[in-house]
Amino acid sequence: MAEERKWGMVVDIDRCTGCQACVIACQTENNILMSSEDIVQQKRAMVWIRIERYWEGEYPNIKARFIPVLCQHCENAPCEPVCPVYATYHNNEGLNVQVYNRCVGTRYCANNCPYHARVFNYWERHTAAPHMQVYPADARAAEPMNEYLNPDVTVRTKGLMEKCTFCLQRIRRVSRQATVEGRAIADGEVQPACVQSCPTGALVFGDLRDARSQVSKLAGDQRAYHLLEDLGTRPAVTYLKKVDPNARATSPSH
Amino acid sequence: MQERRVLNEAQINQGLLGFVLKTPGWFWVAALVLATVVAGMLTSIVVMIVFGLGPTGLNRPVFWGFMIVNFVFWVGISHAGVMISSILRLCQAEWRRPVTRAAEVLTVFSLATAASFPLIHMGRMWRFYWVFPFDFDRMIWPNVRSPLIWDPSAIFTYLTGASLFVYMALLPDLGILRDRTTGWRHTFYSILSLGWRGNPRQFKLQFLLGVLLSGLILPVFVSVHSIVSWDFAVSLVPAWHATVFAPYFVIGAVHSGVSAVVTMMAILRWAFKWEDFIRPEHFDALGRLLIAVATTWLYFFMLDVWFGIFGGESRELSVMEQRIFEWPWGLMFLIILTLGYIVPVSAWLFRAVRRNIGLMFVLSILVNVSMWMERLWLIVPGLQNKERLPFNWNLYIPSALEIMLVIGSFTLVMLGLLIFSKLFPLIPVWEQKEGQLLREEIQIGRRRVPAIIRE
Repeated sequence: MAEERKWGMVVDIDRCTGCQACVIACQTENNILMSSEDIVQQKRAMVWIRIERYWEGEYPNIKARFIPVLCQHCENAPCEPVCPVYATYHNNEGLNVQVYNRCVGTRYCANNCPYHARVFNYWERHTAAPHMQVYPADARAAEPMNEYLNPDVTVRTKGLMEKCTFCLQRIRRVSRQATVEGRAIADGEVQPACVQSCPTGALVFGDLRDARSQVSKLAGDQRAYHLLEDLGTRPAVTYLKKVDPNARATSPSH
Repeated sequence: MQERRVLNEAQINQGLLGFVLKTPGWFWVAALVLATVVAGMLTSIVVMIVFGLGPTGLNRPVFWGFMIVNFVFWVGISHAGVMISSILRLCQAEWRRPVTRAAEVLTVFSLATAASFPLIHMGRMWRFYWVFPFDFDRMIWPNVRSPLIWDPSAIFTYLTGASLFVYMALLPDLGILRDRTTGWRHTFYSILSLGWRGNPRQFKLQFLLGVLLSGLILPVFVSVHSIVSWDFAVSLVPAWHATVFAPYFVIGAVHSGVSAVVTMMAILRWAFKWEDFIRPEHFDALGRLLIAVATTWLYFFMLDVWFGIFGGESRELSVMEQRIFEWPWGLMFLIILTLGYIVPVSAWLFRAVRRNIGLMFVLSILVNVSMWMERLWLIVPGLQNKERLPFNWNLYIPSALEIMLVIGSFTLVMLGLLIFSKLFPLIPVWEQKEGQLLREEIQIGRRRVPAIIRE
């Protein structure tokens, strides 16, 4: 089946302020388990997009650098061939999709993902431990939390792997609408939650097959690079970063 | 060759079948203690089914931990049986006789225990059967590119082969037991013995089957741990994707497996008072075998480190640095080298040590401690993700539940062996008698010599 579209994203690191709005927007849109303090301390925080923060330079000339990292939807994805049950595969729109029903939780995909984009449901959503009942995700919960789930997205159970879907539900909604109206999807019509919420416009989403789309133009920018490019995963997410001529090359000390 | 006592058939029967036919009091105590620990392990599994994998110590970068380490370890132990039985059978090494069955049974139980670990480590372990191509209605086949499909195939093939091997060698003994028991036991052994009469034709067929199975199981033996190693070697994780992993894992498996056989033989000798059957000469022979195996293992162990350095890839180097110089991996590296090679091999060089059963027992346990650690040392540091996106760098600290599972796996294997030894003789009675016959005299050229010269 010929690929009509190839969804992709551009992350302009020069614009990122590390405000974490994308993280929150993503959690709400995708019914991601809200990680309590305990869960974060167990290093099992459920995030589909995270802001990685690195410090550059020595004190007083210190700079915080932010990189939003999400599933890179690699064309040559390391997570796909290792799944024994085909719970993760590439669809014909260039998306690396996760089929929750098929997932049995071997966690091999997460080991093999160099970007650590995959998160595992170590706990059941609200039955596991008392601290999980802070955010009960069912209709019996108290107001206003009884309406906190997005009806377009499934709720994942314990023992499942999950990851960024590029807000597949939004892509589907727009493409259905376009089909009904008998037109093509306009550039910028599909906006994943993170893109929509980014106050500085650091995130741009669109069709990489369409040469006139904003995302294609930005992906050809001379600041463009990919994360861990040497691994040959061919990610669909492009990062933009101007090389700082004043930045001192420091070797990481072990 | 004169250190053995010549036993008549009645004495052999008495010695080897005594435990099967009469139950000493300690059997119940041992079984109860082991069963209690196994119950603890089962409870942990139930906890994992009910609460998910939350109670383990696994976290985001380190998705595989003690359970996978334990899986690799037990698959390693399971290599003992075929190594001893089939290779030594094909080589006609006579000293194998008292050792074979115990080693084969150890193979079966350790392999079954090993096979359970990848299953219980899954997030939804009740769906383990999805790795088999069974569901024709769904039209979803397992992904044959995944090593996690190769793995169960290899392990179940090996488990089937090893079980057949045990059963094949058990047939004549089942016949003996059938003739010496009454009541439900008689029925039990009658059914299992498949009408064994002990006539020459049956013995000939059984011998042929033994040779055939030995030959057929050898490729499986090599492939099983190679495939287990590909679980790691196929991945992108730094320090995992080494091409040397397959032979390295196989030889590591033989190292730990043969050591486990030494441990088990010492225990059997003490528990069942089998001084007449398991003699110092057997420990001597295994000790000599272990020197060769351990040295090959060391070669691959160093080769793995060398490949990491030789590639010059920064991530690989970083993991190697972590493994060799950083706490706690650096200490483990030293322990692995010392307990896995330097101490035991330098001791095994002395005949007096090889014939000292207490020392052999201790040394073989040291080897397995270091081999367990080696698997941990191989698997976890690469996963901690210090070198790629170090924001996600994290350590792995196993939880009490995982430690319980590891302890439980050891007791599970022991319980299995104990129950097996209650039902069937752990030293083949017929092989012992055959050895006794062969030992007497054979014709080589114009001379008549003890047949055991084949040793």
